[in-house]
Amino acid sequence: METMRYASPNTEGSLVHYQSRYDNFIGGELVPPAEGRYFENVSPVTGRPFCEIARSTERDVERALDAAHGARRAWGKTAPAERARLLNRIADAMEANLERLAVSETWDNGKPVRETLAADLPLAIDHFRYFAGCLRAEEGSLAELDEHTVAYHIKEPLGVVAQIIPWNFPLLMAAWKVAPALAAGNCVVLKPAEQTPATIMLFAELVADILPPGVFNVVQGFGVEAGKPLAQSPRVAKVAFTGETTTGRLIMQYASENIVPVTLELGGKSPNVFFADVMAEDDAFRQKALEGFAMFALNQGEVCTCPSRALVQSSIYDAFMELATARTRAIEPGHPLDTGTRIGAQASNDQLEKILSYIDIGKKEGAELRLGGERVTLPGELAEGYYVAPTIFEGNNSMRIFQEEIFGPVVSVARFDGYADAISIANDTLYGLGAGVWTRDTHTAFRAGRAIEAGRVWTNCYHLYPAHAAFGGYKQSGIGRETHKMMLDHYQQTKNLLVSYDPEPMGFF
Amino acid sequence: MRSLVEEHGPLMFHQSGGCCDGSAPMCYPDGELRIGARDVRLGDVDGQPFYIGGAQYERWKHTRLVLDVVPGRGAGFSLEAPRGVRFLIRSELCAVE
Repeated sequence: METMRYASPNTEGSLVHYQSRYDNFIGGELVPPAEGRYFENVSPVTGRPFCEIARSTERDVERALDAAHGARRAWGKTAPAERARLLNRIADAMEANLERLAVSETWDNGKPVRETLAADLPLAIDHFRYFAGCLRAEEGSLAELDEHTVAYHIKEPLGVVAQIIPWNFPLLMAAWKVAPALAAGNCVVLKPAEQTPATIMLFAELVADILPPGVFNVVQGFGVEAGKPLAQSPRVAKVAFTGETTTGRLIMQYASENIVPVTLELGGKSPNVFFADVMAEDDAFRQKALEGFAMFALNQGEVCTCPSRALVQSSIYDAFMELATARTRAIEPGHPLDTGTRIGAQASNDQLEKILSYIDIGKKEGAELRLGGERVTLPGELAEGYYVAPTIFEGNNSMRIFQEEIFGPVVSVARFDGYADAISIANDTLYGLGAGVWTRDTHTAFRAGRAIEAGRVWTNCYHLYPAHAAFGGYKQSGIGRETHKMMLDHYQQTKNLLVSYDPEPMGFF
Repeated sequence: MRSLVEEHGPLMFHQSGGCCDGSAPMCYPDGELRIGARDVRLGDVDGQPFYIGGAQYERWKHTRLVLDVVPGRGAGFSLEAPRGVRFLIRSELCAVE
């Protein structure tokens, strides 16, 4: 396959030239932060800063909420056909700028451009189109309760919603949350992750001419300074958050102060189960299963559903792991803007340090290091970037590396002896977001898929994120579902009109 | 930590789990997170209490946690993030279980 290297942003010939400084996007305009402070935004590709971002505080959150509340009545009453048309226009604008947004996302997050071109951007674009379509097809319900009485159920928007998103798929996670909220007729105040604040500003430039002012607002800054006042505000009708468990608890606690709903996506420790029959033939399906094993390296392992626990049936363990290790060895870190690179940089220095600390405890607990296990230093401008070699550990499920999401390209592999053992190990976790099942036997596939306590069980596939397949967690992995039309319900009230057309009095008084 | 105490008063830590900034300790003004019946207080760091969820404690209790700090960027609502640093957990095996 022929490969090419995109020019680094802010250099000659690049598709992306950032402004030196980005303000908040409020009421359809760029608005400087009230306190006039900014923070440096570092590219994990090089470890060096490339722009400044607004460091917002409660006053900026209030200003964004003013703008959103100013827009919400008109937006909520905008006809579905018109809202859908605007969502489609957003998708078209993103598609026309696909390469530019993909390069920016790679520069801001560190992930390879191969993935942003083929996954992040196409999925985000499709998400706006999907919810534009859902919106046109949505309808309430009507029930005849008796001859003279009818109950109408009409969907109404919640109003202004707060959305706090993570840094692993910055634009895609924005699309997952913003598209259904806007489709349902809400106005949004979005707080991007402080690690990856840049591409959303390019997105804001694109939608500024499409959406009415105040419908979509971005407040940048640190969680404690900007995210917290947003999550605590009595002026938001709902809080949606993707992140981790302690912050998830805090978000619920804040929401309880205002009695508003939350949806939470809090990650997992997803099992990827390989039954013996995957090795029965040396065919395309065996190759697909091996690729499924290597999926732990997708997005440098920084995925809530990273298949970070591989469970392999004992009878095929040695043969399977030999092939799986060879497959993984071929994934070498390289320049993220090179279209041939299949693993890029971890998103931040602290993320790198955390991954290395987990590799350390893995060794101390006696797990066998089969591959990788170290930071990789690349030459030239990448020398200070945050690169880790794909790492395979072998051990048992009680080890810490099997129990906590490392959020890096690290897979922990254990054996199992038969179906019951596989399900028992798969479910021995606090989390339940994703899982994978690989088998040629349809009975095993369906039984295992139903028995694993997780919101999404990829069956003979992994890491597909199509719109119209619900995504969300069991157990401590969160509350609510995304990427499906049922998401509209998470962003709507139900109005019941109970109508009588009986002219006679009831006869009570 | 001393400068955080100067700015925010007494602190508390809670060990997070799950993804993104999970597996990282969160630092808040004392009392910010409501401590539940099943949270376990692992000890104090420079006089500030450190907690972990009960279920997570069961899976971590064979290890000794060392609170470190590294250059970094952000994490939930943790207080140190605006300073360009991040608390980090390093782990040792407990000598005796």
